[in-house]
Amino acid sequence: MATTEIVLKEKQVQQIKDICKQFNNESGELINVLHKTQSLFGYLPSEVQVVIAQELNMSLAKVFGVVTFYSYFTMTPRGEHPIDVCMGTACYVRGAEKVLEEFKRQLKIEVGETTLDGKFSINSLRCVGACGLAPVVIVGDKTYGAVTSADVKNILKEYENK
Amino acid sequence: MGNYKTEILICGGSGCKASQTVLTAKLLREVLEENNLSSEVQVVMTGCFGFCEKGPIVKIMPDNTFYVKVKPEDARELIEEHIIKGKKVNRLLYVDPKTKEIISDSKHMGFYKKQNRIALRNCGVIDPENIDEAIARNAYTALGKVLNEMTPEVAIDVMKKSGMRGRGGGGFPTGMKWDITSKSPAGQKYVVCNADEGDPGAFMDRSILEGDPHSVLEAMAICGYCIGADTGLIYIRAEYPLAIERLKIAIKQAREKGLLGNDILGKGFSFDVELKYGAGAFVCGEETALISSMEGLRGEPTFKPPFPSVEGYLGKPTNVNNVETFASIPEIFNKGAEWFASIGNEKSKGTKVFALAGKINNVGLIEVPMGTTLREVIYEIGGGIKDGKKFKAVQTGGPSGGCLTSKDLDTPIDYDNLIAAGSMMGSGGMIVLDEDDCMVSIAKFYLEFTVEESCGKCSPCRIGNKRLHEILEKICKGNGTLEDLEQLRNLSKVIKDTSLCGLGQTSPNPILSTLDNFYDEYLEHVHDKKCRAGVCKSLMKYVIEPDTCIGCTACVRVCPVDAISGEKKMSHLINQATCIKCGACYDKCKFNAILIK
Repeated sequence: MATTEIVLKEKQVQQIKDICKQFNNESGELINVLHKTQSLFGYLPSEVQVVIAQELNMSLAKVFGVVTFYSYFTMTPRGEHPIDVCMGTACYVRGAEKVLEEFKRQLKIEVGETTLDGKFSINSLRCVGACGLAPVVIVGDKTYGAVTSADVKNILKEYENK
Repeated sequence: MGNYKTEILICGGSGCKASQTVLTAKLLREVLEENNLSSEVQVVMTGCFGFCEKGPIVKIMPDNTFYVKVKPEDARELIEEHIIKGKKVNRLLYVDPKTKEIISDSKHMGFYKKQNRIALRNCGVIDPENIDEAIARNAYTALGKVLNEMTPEVAIDVMKKSGMRGRGGGGFPTGMKWDITSKSPAGQKYVVCNADEGDPGAFMDRSILEGDPHSVLEAMAICGYCIGADTGLIYIRAEYPLAIERLKIAIKQAREKGLLGNDILGKGFSFDVELKYGAGAFVCGEETALISSMEGLRGEPTFKPPFPSVEGYLGKPTNVNNVETFASIPEIFNKGAEWFASIGNEKSKGTKVFALAGKINNVGLIEVPMGTTLREVIYEIGGGIKDGKKFKAVQTGGPSGGCLTSKDLDTPIDYDNLIAAGSMMGSGGMIVLDEDDCMVSIAKFYLEFTVEESCGKCSPCRIGNKRLHEILEKICKGNGTLEDLEQLRNLSKVIKDTSLCGLGQTSPNPILSTLDNFYDEYLEHVHDKKCRAGVCKSLMKYVIEPDTCIGCTACVRVCPVDAISGEKKMSHLINQATCIKCGACYDKCKFNAILIK
């Protein structure tokens, strides 16, 4: 994956070290450490993983293995307005795929990618449990129910000037 | 209800919260305050009422009035009319779709009539963030009873007699599992609650944890007492922030009351519960994979035996049960094993919670006695198929399950009958499909899921499922052959026979069951290059029927690629070369002038 290299500031390295310390630098707590770190940075670039591997005294390969195994962890920064399209079965049979296609077409990005201006990213989720509102789209904190492909343009418009 | 004369219950489940119930509750409180009623009327945010289709739900007690689709702007009217003037707000009451009769008491609604809520007994009834409300509804009495009156052996015997089987999908007898774990050599043991609900379209466990977290904590403590464990761990999806928050509050409150922690109820038994977070991996619902994940590793399953009951978390004996299983257990001790065993049918006792969704009128969370038929669930509780369409199939068991068709409608729902009918109980997802659903695409949808979620450890699952998905893709594109259909069947069998864990052993089920029940649809895709439901894009096109089109231009405005042309009040035309088949025009046309061909 082509990611831009980043250089962590000393303060950031310290923040990661502090998180590891909260969990007694135990390798068994790796997933908890990753959760906390991702909520701080928004994503888990490899530079962050290097620090975690050192602190928990495990190989970088193991950390990378866990990060890439779980779909909740991401190595790319999400957009300013992350778009999550629910692709649970209930939403799928009520037309979520068409909605997802339309977001991809309008923003010209694929699932898991972020627009060049960093404004939007698209993700597909597996069931948010709001099946009564299917198909469901979540943008940031706002939930949209019964979305059709024709609604996509208007949803994006709400965020264009934000 | 404490000192309050009236209680306004408002749904605070994830689904209704997405429809602004927090704001509605705030406005209700403000109007009460304005009218100096805050000391008489209390607004309570509860867990899920289950009737998600009609959400957000507001219920007023004690007169049991059930308001549906309540928006923030309705708050003032509800208080001024119902609370102050004592007049029901008719426009917000439920109307029976068949009889057109207004029904204000939920007990008389088709959706609730056939239900028997045991695991969901407190969901939509109590404030899940207030332990006193749970205690007023008998929370922790079962724990008290077990600690005071029973030895672990006696309590395990109660579980065995109840006939309770695991609600996570496997259906293993719970009492037997507890017995095996209790007989593993003494020392450090663990009770694990599997709250890694990953089946897409299922939200039973989340609703229980959001609506009644204490029922799970209480049952885990009972289990700890029975098997000799002092630590409980709840493995929960990080995608369930509300359930996590409510569990944290519940654990804190239970500790403060001495219902968790050291020397519970002065009986010398100590037990505490911690949360462990999942990170989005379906395979972690498999208990050995779940344990690997709790240890901070990739969630890869291991070979059984040894079973977790013997060698589980950190190598210690571990009893893993699912949320719904735990939530039902306190009632078994409160009301007795015989009572529980009297519900359900011969081999499956008690009730089962289902997340009813898809093309059905009443989407929601339901709990029915085992042995209820699919017809009762779909037509009486579910209110039939949406928009008067024709029923095609119901999918149970998620990515591991299969499709049941109209010939199975009178099959009683229980573990064994569903397997005999070619599907399975699973954790409780129940998706209803109608004539507009393409069964090949449904199979492809589930395979896509499995391919994404396969952990990659064993090759039949990692490589085999990918090949299955490719063949399905080929068929949906109109390039399939008869040999492909044969290949699907053969490869499916190999994957089932040779995969390491439950995920691979069941992943071909959606294909096998659709091949069995809908072979003609597969043949149409292969032979006639036709998708009768109009789902497979390569095999369909949208056309405008010139005689029906009145030229309203609604489709032109909605088309994202300007593929539709035509003068106002004249019949329109779709340019097939530009059309991306998004279906926006089809959804928009009020005159049914756009056809799928």
